Amino acid sequence: MKLRGTVHKYGANVDTDAIIPARYLNVSDPEELAKHCMEDIDADFVARVRKGDIIVATTNFGCGSSREHAPVAIKASGISCVVAASFARIFFRNAINIGLPLLESAEAADGCAGGDVVDVDLASGTIKNVTTGKTYHAAAYPAFLLDIISSGGLIEQTRMKLQSAGKL
Amino acid sequence: MNLSEKILAAHSGKSSVSPGEFVNVRVDVVLSNDITAPLAIKEFSRLGVRKVFDAGRVVIVPDHFTPNKDIPSAEQCKFVRDFAREQGVVYYEVGQAGIEHVLLPEKGIVLPGDVVVGADSHTCTYGALAAFATGMGSTDIAVAMATGEIWMKVPQAIKFIFNGKLQPWVGGKDLILYTIGQIGVDGALYSSMEFAGPAIDELSMDGRFTMANMAIEAGAKAGVFTADSKTLEYVKGRSSRKFAVHRPDADARYAMTYQWDASSIEPQVALPSLPSNARPVSRAGNVELDQVVIGSCTNGRIEDLRVAGRVMGKRKVHPGLRVIVIPGTPAVYLQALREGIIEKFVEAGAVVSTSTCGPCLGGYMGILAAGEKCLSTTNRNFVGRMGSTKSEVYLAGPAVAAASAVLGRIASPEEVAA
Repeated sequence: MKLRGTVHKYGANVDTDAIIPARYLNVSDPEELAKHCMEDIDADFVARVRKGDIIVATTNFGCGSSREHAPVAIKASGISCVVAASFARIFFRNAINIGLPLLESAEAADGCAGGDVVDVDLASGTIKNVTTGKTYHAAAYPAFLLDIISSGGLIEQTRMKLQSAGKL
Repeated sequence: MNLSEKILAAHSGKSSVSPGEFVNVRVDVVLSNDITAPLAIKEFSRLGVRKVFDAGRVVIVPDHFTPNKDIPSAEQCKFVRDFAREQGVVYYEVGQAGIEHVLLPEKGIVLPGDVVVGADSHTCTYGALAAFATGMGSTDIAVAMATGEIWMKVPQAIKFIFNGKLQPWVGGKDLILYTIGQIGVDGALYSSMEFAGPAIDELSMDGRFTMANMAIEAGAKAGVFTADSKTLEYVKGRSSRKFAVHRPDADARYAMTYQWDASSIEPQVALPSLPSNARPVSRAGNVELDQVVIGSCTNGRIEDLRVAGRVMGKRKVHPGLRVIVIPGTPAVYLQALREGIIEKFVEAGAVVSTSTCGPCLGGYMGILAAGEKCLSTTNRNFVGRMGSTKSEVYLAGPAVAAASAVLGRIASPEEVAA
């Protein structure tokens, strides 16, 4: 799958309180959550973001709480994928499970600035910064995770497994 | 194998596991709360499974925005309560419920050798009981509720050895803030932290819960302690369920080993806005405070309240600030009441709340205005964590919190307690 979007750039340790503040966790509707995405570190994000845009950040993106509301809010805001030097582990699982693509590349995180236009090929993990002309490669997903992704998420994969085991 | 590998191998039907390996793990306890259960329940219903895998092993604790702080929270709690009743899972209502990670060990729900997954990042708290416990998102929890299994990548382990003897007023919070200060908020990313050494042996169970609780603040998947006589004494009489005590092998693999002298560690304070901004309280500077919070899944246990009460003595809360004390569970509340600690707090001018996560995550019961500074025994001091993005949170243990409550500024317990 090929994506093209404008970069929204952040630094290290973007925590889940910054992605979706806890004061909005009294609801779990994706559209409601999206209205407050990134609110506490980037108040204009919601006004600026366009469908297909890409978040690029440095290390430990998504650290903090286990709230799945964080990747849900990012996805519902229109962001097509997140590129970072590294991801916090719970955020990583949550994103895979709900179908928000993540790419890990320290070089791409360094080489993309806010406002750059970037092409991403999810199948090959290629990240091309159209603005600068530079190309980067994200680490490939292990087969175990690819199976979750290609099934359409953890729920779909589990449902298929349960069906073939005759448990549904 | 190290402790985490042993527990994961025992739960995946394997004789051994290695870091990086993907395994399907059988879980002993699946936890969620009023914030994360609604999403988990929605995902659970998408699976098409009618009943949870074992109602006695699925636990739901409404603790974040309870007693209901507003109408949407009330709706969420109602949704969760209806599901809990329909499924017959283990559920604690307001009045019996407390902060989940204080409550579950107290109720004997988590035992040594268990694998616990919870839709709350501080699920790692149960590592203090020599269990492998880790936080996940709601979708993972939905699958675990339905099948009793979940996938995991076996983490590498990092060992932390604390030699020497603890200084007065130094507890689990100080050791873990010191650790995160040394390795950073991603210093144990994707890893399990294994704590050992003479100072750890000396540490109480409550102190160990505090340390394991904050493993996630270093990016870790789990923070584990080997079971000893204190662990076994703690779980005695709390459950009739059988459990297994695993120990790391003498030749266990660790990606790294840190050794520190605990006797050189002072009470710590983490300055805004990362838990890794830790330093000795003597070097925290002159910071006037607007609020002090004593409580949470990190420091809402009876020992924490005892330490705070001892530091406060008969002194009053400084007139310049608000002090909010939140016992972690009704049992902690009652015990503190019987010991006269609650009376002491109220007479000093502190407010004592029912058990809730409330202020820790900026939910309610102590939200900060722009420009305000709060010293809190909670676990996160991110920008805006407890309210306005222009407010500041300082993290510390109960001794520093009580001393600061008396003096109205960040203070060492040595300054007030004899």
